[in-house]
Amino acid sequence: MRIDGKGLIDRGSPVRFRFDGVEYDGFRGDTLASALLANGVKLVGRSFKYHRPRGVLTAGSEEPNALVEVIERGQQTPNVRATVQEVYDGLQARSQNRWPSLKYDLLAVNDLAAPFLSAGFYYKTFMWPRSFWEKLYEPMIRRAAGLGRLSGRHDQAVYEKAFAFCDLLVIGAGPTGLQAALTAARAGADVILADEDARMGGRLLSELEAIDGSPALEWVAAVLAELAALPNVRLMPRTTVTGAYDGGTYGALERVGLHLPEAADRPRECFWRIVAGQAVLAAGALERPIAFEDNDRPGILLASAVRSYVNRYGVAPGSRVAVFGNNDDARRTARDLMAAGIRVAALIDSRAGVSTDEDFPVYAGAVVSGTRGRLALDEITVQHANGTVQIAADCLAISGGWNPTLHLTCHMNGRPIWNDDLASFVPSRGAVPGLTAAGAANGAFGTAACLAEGQAAALAALQALGRVAKPAPLPVAEDFGYGLQPLWAVPGSGKAHGRAWLDFANDVTVKDVKLAAVENYASVEHMKRYTTQGMAPDQGKNSNIGALAVLADATGRGIPETGTTTYRPPFVPVPIAAMGAGGRGKGFAPQRLMTSHSASVALGAPMIEAGLWYRPSYFPRPGEATWREACDREVRMVRQVVGVCDVSTLGKIDIQGADAARFLDLVYTNTFSSLPVGRVRYGLMLREDGHVLDDGTTARLGDSHFLMTTTTAAAGLVMRHLDFIQQAFCADWDLRTISVTESWAQFAIAGPKARDLLAAVMDGPVVLPFMGCMDVQEQGVAARLFRISFSGEEGYEIAVPARYGEALFRDLLARAEVMGGGPYGMEALNVLRIEKGFITHAEIHGRTTAFDIGMEKMVAAKDCIGKAAARRPGLVGPAREQLVGLKPLADAPLTAGAHLYAPGAAASRDNDQGYVTSVCYSPTLESWLALAFLKDGRARLGESIRLVDPLRQIDVICTVCDPVFHDKEGKKLRA
Amino acid sequence: MRITCPLCGPRDRREFYYYGAEAYLHRPAGDDAVAWDAYLHLRNNPAGETRDLWYHEAGCAQWLVVTRNTVSHSVSTVELVAERGAP
Repeated sequence: MRIDGKGLIDRGSPVRFRFDGVEYDGFRGDTLASALLANGVKLVGRSFKYHRPRGVLTAGSEEPNALVEVIERGQQTPNVRATVQEVYDGLQARSQNRWPSLKYDLLAVNDLAAPFLSAGFYYKTFMWPRSFWEKLYEPMIRRAAGLGRLSGRHDQAVYEKAFAFCDLLVIGAGPTGLQAALTAARAGADVILADEDARMGGRLLSELEAIDGSPALEWVAAVLAELAALPNVRLMPRTTVTGAYDGGTYGALERVGLHLPEAADRPRECFWRIVAGQAVLAAGALERPIAFEDNDRPGILLASAVRSYVNRYGVAPGSRVAVFGNNDDARRTARDLMAAGIRVAALIDSRAGVSTDEDFPVYAGAVVSGTRGRLALDEITVQHANGTVQIAADCLAISGGWNPTLHLTCHMNGRPIWNDDLASFVPSRGAVPGLTAAGAANGAFGTAACLAEGQAAALAALQALGRVAKPAPLPVAEDFGYGLQPLWAVPGSGKAHGRAWLDFANDVTVKDVKLAAVENYASVEHMKRYTTQGMAPDQGKNSNIGALAVLADATGRGIPETGTTTYRPPFVPVPIAAMGAGGRGKGFAPQRLMTSHSASVALGAPMIEAGLWYRPSYFPRPGEATWREACDREVRMVRQVVGVCDVSTLGKIDIQGADAARFLDLVYTNTFSSLPVGRVRYGLMLREDGHVLDDGTTARLGDSHFLMTTTTAAAGLVMRHLDFIQQAFCADWDLRTISVTESWAQFAIAGPKARDLLAAVMDGPVVLPFMGCMDVQEQGVAARLFRISFSGEEGYEIAVPARYGEALFRDLLARAEVMGGGPYGMEALNVLRIEKGFITHAEIHGRTTAFDIGMEKMVAAKDCIGKAAARRPGLVGPAREQLVGLKPLADAPLTAGAHLYAPGAAASRDNDQGYVTSVCYSPTLESWLALAFLKDGRARLGESIRLVDPLRQIDVICTVCDPVFHDKEGKKLRA
Repeated sequence: MRITCPLCGPRDRREFYYYGAEAYLHRPAGDDAVAWDAYLHLRNNPAGETRDLWYHEAGCAQWLVVTRNTVSHSVSTVELVAERGAP
């Protein structure tokens, strides 16, 4: 029920939303949880294992029970915490883990079977017979397991990622965080203040407190107004800092659009990477419940949550509210309820001797030992010194004390420290370099203490940042008492039939933890895994310490001796979609397009990926039904007339300096210092371990000026390799290298009529010997011409500045068409090179040596990278698999990846003789061809070999031959 | 993780390419197979200080020797490979 005149909700902005199909009213400023409670809806979900009816427990992101599905047009998001989800007009939410409905859930039968479903029941129940596991048990468990459902469709919504930098990151905007941010901001530091809540102020939004003699909210508003006006402050509400990482880097998740109706271009969430010189952890503390029998009924909330709903949201979570606690917050809660006009059924304080002088019944030295109510709380049983009493109540507020929200201090392996006075863990200092915990997150629970720690932490951070700042007078605040006397589980709550819940989300009870101890899962890490304590979406935020205390008690140890499990990032669940924002579909990798791209697409060429580049696969002509027809035609066209191919994707590295030639001699196996200006040479490059790294041609453009080409795939790799060699081994040489791949568009012109086509675009005949290069003018543009060939035909490559690429490509095609030629794509290029036995990275795949590919003669007498290692035993000799060609005896398709065996030998690993790297159908030789690596292959030319590809049912006898199938003498090249 | 490039300043580790141990800078002279084997393959796996090679690929294209602690993750020094002088 709403309480008139209370709360920070915007009563002028009503909203309508639906939960399980029923329409309800709320106000802007409500969470789904507060709006449901305002409408009297207490049952919001079913528990994971026993399908117990559950209601809202908390008012924050630690909520274990109120997990719902939010449904949008194209989206269904499970496990949304109703305590975080803000209501908006049109919000649709649905309860989960129930069938057919929340009130009548058939799997609630699990609750009756509870005696058989205790800790470790999987391991005990589903073991025998062994054969049942795969067929019966696992599918059955999988069907029953899991919370919430996904839509099953791709998440098409927009997510963002962003980076931010600051001097000081303040995590949490309660009294500590606000004071810390204000102190640092006034000193001129760049401050980011991030808070999980939609509204900044922390607990001050939920408590009736005064600061400087006025309501604390006025102080909050004044501080926020000052911070908002400062240019050096960035306020980030709805932003949860999720992890602390190396070097002052923090991850944070911002809910950008989740509180608003879905809009096509508005991101749902943004994942931030924030780099901060210093950070203050002012994340506050989380209240913990007390375990007692049937403490999980809807209507049982944490006391701090009850105060939040009453004071902040103006909602009465019940009409007769009982309060149970072991510290002063319980009494405070009862008084707040009274002040709001809500009937307090009783205050049950576990501490003996506390004052009973209140306007409501007080039971000192008493505990709640049980509850009744089917789908919501009706009645509690109070056990006091003189017996038990039943008290009617529709809401029970529990306060078991506070746990500092120290999670981030554990993210870099720090362990929290047990504090006996507070009966809680507190952060260890310096666990995350540059991060200081302050206020409630550091165990200082009073507001005055929070303000003091917030200022002190900011001053210390400023000093570490090299800034001078002095303490300022602090506002005057109240410090409520705490006076905690630990009570984790009401005695007797672990007895045979009663169940006292610890982990509400995963249905772990006191009995389960005791059973784990009895069965010798006495280490906290073993107990956790045996019982699944703390392994639900809430990660046991308000239950882990209670479970640990029960384990300590059961094993006769203290809590510090028992230890604690640690906390890892993220603090709250982070959608993968947010972390990988922008990486879906084509966003996964950048696309590199050649200057000829649109011309190729216009010709109908399917584009295929080559690294990040997109290259035309083939250029279909009318009447061609398959890619093979187009490819065969393009191969014949190059062999008989002329073809044009964009080869701009090859890496181009410009190398200049007096020592450039000397450098190339070190990089390549063969010698480049002897290369005359105006000539091009094929070069082979090894890794330092003796295997082939890359190959390509390098042209000498001037005495101290070379242009290296690399393969498309290895362009970046080679650049990095050259930089390494230069900087590591010859930093004092006169030498500079730079990638110019994208500066030039380069086209191959190949075929018997290549010279004619070139003359046509160059306005005159060109004379250039094989492996020559020269600067030319191409229609008034300074261009470079190389006479090199990857097809085996007379070939030229002409390079123009990239901005002229498209025009030249279109011009070349137009002129080629007239001559009976045209463009050719990657498929034809591959066939042409296989026919010539030219290698690509299919052959130099990282495990082959110069010896293997038959190029050991290219390793010159001089030193070069990889030379020494290439001579190691095992890298040369007849045992090596060597490059050969294969032709099937009868016409039959061959496949790359097939393995080779002696004819008659079984196709088994022991008999393996080698493998196939490249295949094609050659229209020139009218046969299938393959390049392969065969043991001692060069000595076996003419032999028959069995090619087997069991995946594609291919089993063919081939002849071993020289890898150069076409024009072995290279007459056409040199024409 | 952040690396302070001597040329570019503090940068996110995503800008860098990791190569391996600093030992790669000490290329053996001659053909001794044992020396080459050690150079190429034998590495310590220290719990503590380690020196390794990073390449500022999305930055200044400089190779760096980064001295860092594998236990605390702290980075103590970052030097330019090119400024070590001739080997």
